[in-house]
Amino acid sequence: MTALDSFREETRAWLEENCPASMRTPMPEREMPWGGRKASYPNPDTKTWMDNMASRGWTAPTWPAEYGGGGLSKEENKVLQEELGRIKARPALTSFGLWMLGPALLEFASEEQKKKYLGEIIRGEIRWCQGYSEPGAGSDLAGLQTKAEDKGDHYLVNGQKVWTSYADQCDWIFCLVRTDTSVKHDGISFLLIDMDDAGVEARPIKLISGASPFCETFLTDVKVPKENLVGELNKGWTIAKRLLEHERSMISGMGMGAGAASMGGMEAVAKENFGADGDKIAEPGIRQAVAEHKMDQQAFGLTLKRAEAEAKAGQGMGAAASMFKYYGTEVNKRRFELLLDLMGTQALGWEGEGFDKRELAVTRSWLRSKGNSIEGGTSEVQLNVIAKRVLGLPDA
Amino acid sequence: MAFVLTEEQTMLRDMAKDFFTEQVPVANLRKLRDEENADGYDKDVWKQIVELGFAGILIPEEHGGTGFGPMGLGIVMKEAGRTLAASPLYSTAVLGAGLIMAAGSDEQKAALLPNIAAGETLIALALEETNHHNPLNTAMTAEKSGDGFTLTGDKKFVIDGHIADTLIVVARTGGAAGDAQGLSMFLVDAKADGVSITRNHMVDSRNAASVSFGNVQVSADAVLGSLGGAYAELESSLDLARVCLAAEMLGGAETVFDTTLDYLKERKQFGVIIGTFQALKHRAAELFCEVEICQSVLLDALSALEERRNDTPRAASLAKARVGDALRLITNEGVQMHGGIGMTDAVDMGLFMKRARVQAQMLGDTNFHRTRYADLGGY
Repeated sequence: MTALDSFREETRAWLEENCPASMRTPMPEREMPWGGRKASYPNPDTKTWMDNMASRGWTAPTWPAEYGGGGLSKEENKVLQEELGRIKARPALTSFGLWMLGPALLEFASEEQKKKYLGEIIRGEIRWCQGYSEPGAGSDLAGLQTKAEDKGDHYLVNGQKVWTSYADQCDWIFCLVRTDTSVKHDGISFLLIDMDDAGVEARPIKLISGASPFCETFLTDVKVPKENLVGELNKGWTIAKRLLEHERSMISGMGMGAGAASMGGMEAVAKENFGADGDKIAEPGIRQAVAEHKMDQQAFGLTLKRAEAEAKAGQGMGAAASMFKYYGTEVNKRRFELLLDLMGTQALGWEGEGFDKRELAVTRSWLRSKGNSIEGGTSEVQLNVIAKRVLGLPDA
Repeated sequence: MAFVLTEEQTMLRDMAKDFFTEQVPVANLRKLRDEENADGYDKDVWKQIVELGFAGILIPEEHGGTGFGPMGLGIVMKEAGRTLAASPLYSTAVLGAGLIMAAGSDEQKAALLPNIAAGETLIALALEETNHHNPLNTAMTAEKSGDGFTLTGDKKFVIDGHIADTLIVVARTGGAAGDAQGLSMFLVDAKADGVSITRNHMVDSRNAASVSFGNVQVSADAVLGSLGGAYAELESSLDLARVCLAAEMLGGAETVFDTTLDYLKERKQFGVIIGTFQALKHRAAELFCEVEICQSVLLDALSALEERRNDTPRAASLAKARVGDALRLITNEGVQMHGGIGMTDAVDMGLFMKRARVQAQMLGDTNFHRTRYADLGGY
């Protein structure tokens, strides 16, 4: 038996013992394990599962063990993921700390910062949100104006952030702030702020989908200790760019196949609404539209796989993250438009009688999908990145 | 063919524009939505619409209307669309009045049209049974019983169903789903025994209902139009409504386009107005072309109705499909070009996009009308 085989055996046995039965069922939205100081656990198993996984560092399987991570190799992590998939385990912890801040801290933070913050993230004790965009700094993120003034032993922070995800439910915020007003990109720093500090206020923004996953976050005379600066002063843009890549790849993969899948697949929805002629969708135009979409989707999936294979082989597609972000989100938007066409009036409900849960979820997801090509860098920004960095087209 | 409005029509348009802009802005729909208004429309607004003569715009003067005809109705609907004005105008003044004028007996006209023009009777057409518009697929039955009929079946997506006084119900007295022959229409009191109406809450915050008929008894004089042969009368009225819908949709498209254009001229990023970016300029110019193309097909379709041209069905399908395509593009671009703020409920872009998708499904989406256009073209 190889070492990997015994790791699998040991993992399987441990999961059997430590993953509560209810954590092996589909996860309702309200049981998402975000963690943090303000977390509530409508299902107590959620907390048990999180704690069990965190005790082995498996909420962050590949992070170094010295910071509380799992310390697993890529191969071991693959085994762990396979075993989790085998028992249909829910994620033990979902968090922006895991996905975004953690990797940046591992790369850029001081030893003290890693020791303090990574453990809190792994154990789900602190829920983080991202303070990047501002009302005047969207696509032009580096135009941000939130100011951090050096006051000797602390920074005094003033400004307004927008699109801070779930800020009203978060504990800490990682922010891009301006520490030098005389230059643009080279005057930005990366600062960690406790949202319990005086002067921090988060107000939810209502979206067209009816949900409020984002906030406006106001920072008024917030005193931030100097040790909360990550990396060098005025070098925050480097960290920001790295984080944006993580965010872009996260969004481009968002909702692959979702929506239609919950309705039994695009073909099934088409046949149900337009009839079947044997195995075929009865209406030729609809059949063409479904095939067109499925081709786009398959082509995108193949390109993701090719990028993965090339990366393994040490090659890389230039600006791959931008291409995937652009194409993935545009395909996703088209998927929902097609789904609406196929489902007709059943995809147009808002709430109440006349529509089942899955149908109502399609409507809301369709509306939500419109944001995919805006958040994390708009489609326009991604196309600019491709035009400039890959194609070498000159600026005007 | 009238591509240029007459002086009278221009005055009507200006009056309608002023009225909807000032009295029924988008804020009116937001208020109805946020207050969870039980009627789904503002009764004071409806009263004003009636006073302006819009409810009876199709109805001849002898029956208390203003007799402005389809062109006048289209002009008003377009302005209503510009502000997402919620009112029974479409259900009652377009579909209700249209159907009764096309198929009603003298007695039915005399009994109903003056009340419609006076805003006192609200009508709703109970037609759809499946997720997609297709009148031929009507399966609901009306069986002969004694002197009258017994209606049994379920209808959905009945616009203004829960506020209507009278329902116009499409049902089969013969034939099977798919046949043109055997379709009949009935005037049914919304409060009649066996009629059960459930309001549905739609994404556009406008009125729609599911209506079920359980052994509803109606008398012989409830039949609207020819028994078993109502398909032609129904279709001609639906074409009028399709064109009026296209007008309402184009009104929405204009607002989204105008608002987005303003935003391109004021929003600054990278130290410049974003409208200076060529990529956005070209997209805005493209949308302008779409709006202009749609103006032409709409005016032609309204003229076809006005002049009772033979090619009216094709013109109606052209208008509904073409404006539908343009509106989808324009609402999507409106959100995208506004960026993050376009995704917020505070900005109107989302409301227009939601309304656009509902309008797309009303009386046939692009797919339905492309097929119909080809069928009518004989290819």
